[in-house]
Parts: sequence; C-alpha cells; structure tokens
Amino acid sequence: MKFNLRNVTRVALRALVTNKTRSTLTTLGIIIGVMAVILLVSFGSGLEKMITQQFEDLGTNLLFVMPGKFQFRDSREGGPPGVASNKLTQKDAERVARKVQTVEATLPITTTNATITYRGEETSTFIIGSTEQYETFRKSPVMSGKWFGKKDVDSGKRVAVAGMTVVEDLFGTKDPIGEKVSISGKKYQIIGVLESKGATFGNDQDDQLIIPISTLRQQFNIDKLSYFYVRVHEGADLEASMREIREVLGQRLEENEFSVLNSQELLSTFQNILGTITAALGGIAAISLLVGGIGIMNIMLVSVTERTREIGLRKAVGATPKTILFQFLMEAVILSLLGGIIGTLLGVLIGAIANNFLPVNTPLWAVLVAFGVSAAVGIIFGVYPARRAARLSPIEALRYE
Amino acid sequence: MRILEDEGYDMKNHGLIALQNVFKTYQLGESTIHAINSVSLAIEKGEFVAVIGPSGSGKSTLMHICSLLDNPSSGTITFEGVDTTNFSEEQLAHIRNQKVGFVFQQFNLLPRTSALENVQLPLLYTDITRHERQQRARDMLAGVGLGDRLNNTPSQLSGGQQQRVAIARALINNPEVIFADEPTGNLDTKSGREIMDLMTDLHREGKTIVLVTHESEVAAFAKRIISMRDGKIVSDRKDGKKVHLKNKGGGR
Repeated sequence: MKFNLRNVTRVALRALVTNKTRSTLTTLGIIIGVMAVILLVSFGSGLEKMITQQFEDLGTNLLFVMPGKFQFRDSREGGPPGVASNKLTQKDAERVARKVQTVEATLPITTTNATITYRGEETSTFIIGSTEQYETFRKSPVMSGKWFGKKDVDSGKRVAVAGMTVVEDLFGTKDPIGEKVSISGKKYQIIGVLESKGATFGNDQDDQLIIPISTLRQQFNIDKLSYFYVRVHEGADLEASMREIREVLGQRLEENEFSVLNSQELLSTFQNILGTITAALGGIAAISLLVGGIGIMNIMLVSVTERTREIGLRKAVGATPKTILFQFLMEAVILSLLGGIIGTLLGVLIGAIANNFLPVNTPLWAVLVAFGVSAAVGIIFGVYPARRAARLSPIEALRYE
Repeated sequence: MRILEDEGYDMKNHGLIALQNVFKTYQLGESTIHAINSVSLAIEKGEFVAVIGPSGSGKSTLMHICSLLDNPSSGTITFEGVDTTNFSEEQLAHIRNQKVGFVFQQFNLLPRTSALENVQLPLLYTDITRHERQQRARDMLAGVGLGDRLNNTPSQLSGGQQQRVAIARALINNPEVIFADEPTGNLDTKSGREIMDLMTDLHREGKTIVLVTHESEVAAFAKRIISMRDGKIVSDRKDGKKVHLKNKGGGR
C-alpha cells in the first residue's frame, strides 16, 4: 500500500504547527533536559581538563612527599594526618635533596590561614611558606615587583609575594609594591605580585600570599611541612628515585608517616573522582530528560484522544494503520528532535559563555549522546500513543464525541 | 482494478457492491444484538440508492459495511466482483482510498485547516504530487461552487458550505461510489436542498450514490429506496418496483 514519508512528515508538521503553544511547551521539557545534560557534563569535563592541564604544566619529573599514608581509593582511612601526628620537617626535604643522586632539588611547603590588614582594609587569605625556588617549581612568576631571594629565606625576612585577589582586596587599584601589610599583627613588605592563575574547583588560586618558610615558622611556630615537592633530573628513572626517597625518609620516619607520590598517580586519582562526579551530574540531568519524554507521551496521548475523529476520518479516506502510526510517531520524534537541537545549541552556547568564569569543556560525545537520546526518547515515548491511534476502529473513531 | 481483471471477474453479474447473508452482531452484556440480521443486497454501478429507516434500524451499520469501513460478523461483501472477506486493513484502506468517497452528517472537516487542504486529504495517501493535489482540490472546490473560499477554514464557512467542502473531498479521488450518511441532517432546508441537488447532479454524471437518511423528502431524490427495520431489509423498491436479488445465497 502507499506509504509516503514526505506526506507523513508534512501532515505531522502541520498538526504540530496547528497546536503551537502545546508543541512549544512539550518541546521545552526536552530542551531543558538536553541542555542540563550537556551543561553538567561540560562542567565536569571542563574541571577534569583543567586539572589535567595543571598537572601537565607541573611536569612529569615532579614528585610529592606528603605526611601520613595516602590512600588512592578509600579516603576514609588514612588521609593527611592532623598537626599532632605530622612528623615531616624541612630537614627531611633537605636530606632527600642531599642524599638522593637523581634529585635535582626539593621545595618545602608549609601553609596556614591568616588575616591580613592594610590601612583599615582586611582580608583573610591562604599563607604559603616556601623558598625562593617556589617560582621555578610552580611556574609562578611575578607580573610586577620581584620574588624574594635566598638571602631573604635564610634571614627570615618579613617580605611577601601576593596573589592578585589579595592585592585587589587590600589595595584596590593602587600599586602595592613596597607597601607594608600586617599579617596576624606583624608587618610584612609586599615585594611582588604574582601572575594570575584563575580558579580550580571554585578555589581561587590568586587568593594567596607567599612568604619565606623560615619567616612563617618563626611567626606561626609551625615547624612541620604540609608537603614538599621533589624535582628529579630530566631522564631519571622515576620509580627508582621514589624508592630511594622512601629509603632516605624511612631512616627517620615510620613507613606510615609519609607518602611519596608522582604526578601521574595523583592525576589519575583526581580523574577518577571527577569522572564519577561527571557521571553523577549527567545521570541527574538525564532524569530531567526522562521527565521530558514522559511529557511527550502524555501530550501525545491527549492529542490522540482529542483527535480521535480526525484519525477516524483519515482512516475512512484511506490512511492505513501503518500510516497513522507513523504520523503520530513522527509528531513525537519531531518534537523531541527539535527539543534536542535547541537544547544542544543552548547548552553549547551557555557553556561557551560560562567558560569565561568556570572551567567548561563540551565534549563532542556529550552532544551526540544528548542528541541521540532525545531522538530515542521521541520514538520510545511516541510508540505507545501512536499505536493507540493506529489501532482505533474507523467507525468508533468517527462516532467519538 | 488490478485484482479484478487478473482474476477474470464478470462485473456485470456481481454489480458494484454485493452483500450475501451479512450479519453484524454486538454483545451487550448477556444479550446479543443483531445490528444487521441476514441482509443480502446488490448495488449496481450508477445507482442512486437511499437507505431509510428509524434510528437503530441498522441503516448506518449497513452503509459502513457496504463502504468497507466496518467488517461484518459473518457473510461476504463483494466489491467490484472481488470477495473482500479476507482483505487486510491495508487492502480495505486502499479500496476506500481509490474507490469510495464519504460524506458525513457532522461534515468531519479538519478544524483550523483550509478548505483547500481539507479537500486534498484523501490524496495524501496516494503518490499524487503536491502540485497536482492542489490543482485537483481547486478544481473540485470550484465544481461545488466554492472557488472563492479556498483558504477559508471550516469555522469561517456556513454549514452548507462546509458540507460542499466535504463533497469536494469525497470526489477528489474520482471514486466509483459516494456514501453519504445523513448529509442534510445538520443543515437548514435551503442548504439541504442545495446539497441534494448537488447529489442529483453527481448521479446524472454517472456516480453511484448510497444515501442514508431518515427523512422521506431526502430519500425521494433517490431512484431506489431500501427500507430497514431491526437490522433487516423490509422493502427494496426501484422506480416503484420491487428489486429482486439475482442470487439470494443462503438468505433466510
């Protein structure tokens, strides 16, 4: 029998255009669902990409030594210990640098939080105590002023290199170089301003102040390290170096009092966590897509009931059950595909705009999946109403009031 | 039609539509209702038939069965000499599309849809091109005197005009037979008369017309009047003379 796809599409489109408001509202459910999937997946994927980028920037010849036993999967056991059980000191970092042949240098880090004031302006920030080598280790150059030098570290001078956020909070547009700020009551001179790095995990990387580690130890009375970096010589065997470092540290510390990690291991841990987060976000968004699909089914069922006489008439003048089935299925598919297209466009567009202040990366697979799922939603949720329409008896349909 | 010539039927001996010992029964709770109770009937090409009877007499059901819209519970229906008993829904839809035109009491036009598009409806289920569909729809509407109302929707047309759109729709596939179920039932006397004049013209042009009505004035336009009561034919007269079925089959 005659089955003409072009006519079926035309008839379906006409029916949708005749009910503009209803079609628009039904499509909205799919638009929101598809948009949510794309945006949330883009956000998760953007975070992952940014973290990966940051690790790659650090270089592959970098190792981390942390206090306590680091667990990769299950963070409930172990994790960074409290101050009391932290036994890692700057001496350990120095011994590693001295005793392990393949190690080029180490960078001790001690962190704390403190309140900084300047002429009545006050801000709370993250204080990093380290050495002059922080600049090269963390690829963290100043954009104005200068970094503190080895002499400043050796003598425990009260100087500081500030991040952009701290500078803006305290000084506004004023040049901070040479100004004196008060950190927990002691005066420090700002000698440099760091280049901006943006934010990770909503954690502003410019909201920090770096001072010599000796100065920090003196003022805050913290002699333990938060962690330290180890840079091995280019081309050295990373695994062998890690073994040697463990040996050296093991001479003074218990096996569960420190961990040696390489950036690849840390990265894969982060990627694992972020992959789970992305999947969870996408899953939640997918529920809204499902709700949108149920919306389509609902409206198609209403439409079949409302247009019972029309179906009867079409059958009387020669539409076969198959033609009717395809007409109603086509209506559902057009609604959901249209929703898929608009939702995808909006998702990608909003993602691109959000990229200015959040890490957003829209992967192609997310677009394809959202698109494919919306088409599938149309077919799955369209079949039941369409079958109902196709099975109507023409006589009863024509008599329907 | 392809099937007819292939199988060598002699159409003259079978007429256009023939019913043999047809029953249509409904189960209503415990009791069985015979909407059509053993009807045998033949309609020849070019006839103008009116089926009359009180409501519930089975005249509409008879028309639905004759027009292949409905299946009988038992008995056979032959359309242009072909037994349709084992036809699939697709095949029946195809015959209705190609050979039958319908006019309903309720007009059954698609709302918010122009007259031009309403008339084209049966052609959507054929391979006829869009251009030709529109051309034919224009011609048909002009033929029923609505050449200046092409783009009006049903709500912008009077009852009589709506029924004329419906007639144009019934004619667009150039059918063998037109079935009209109370075509004047929703119209005033003047519009009803115009519709019946249109039917008479179609009959003169050679169309077979089967009309269901309970109004004797409307039935008077027809040449043959079949009177029904309680699912049975109680009289069948053509030009005043009794019609005898050539082959009564197993009729009781």
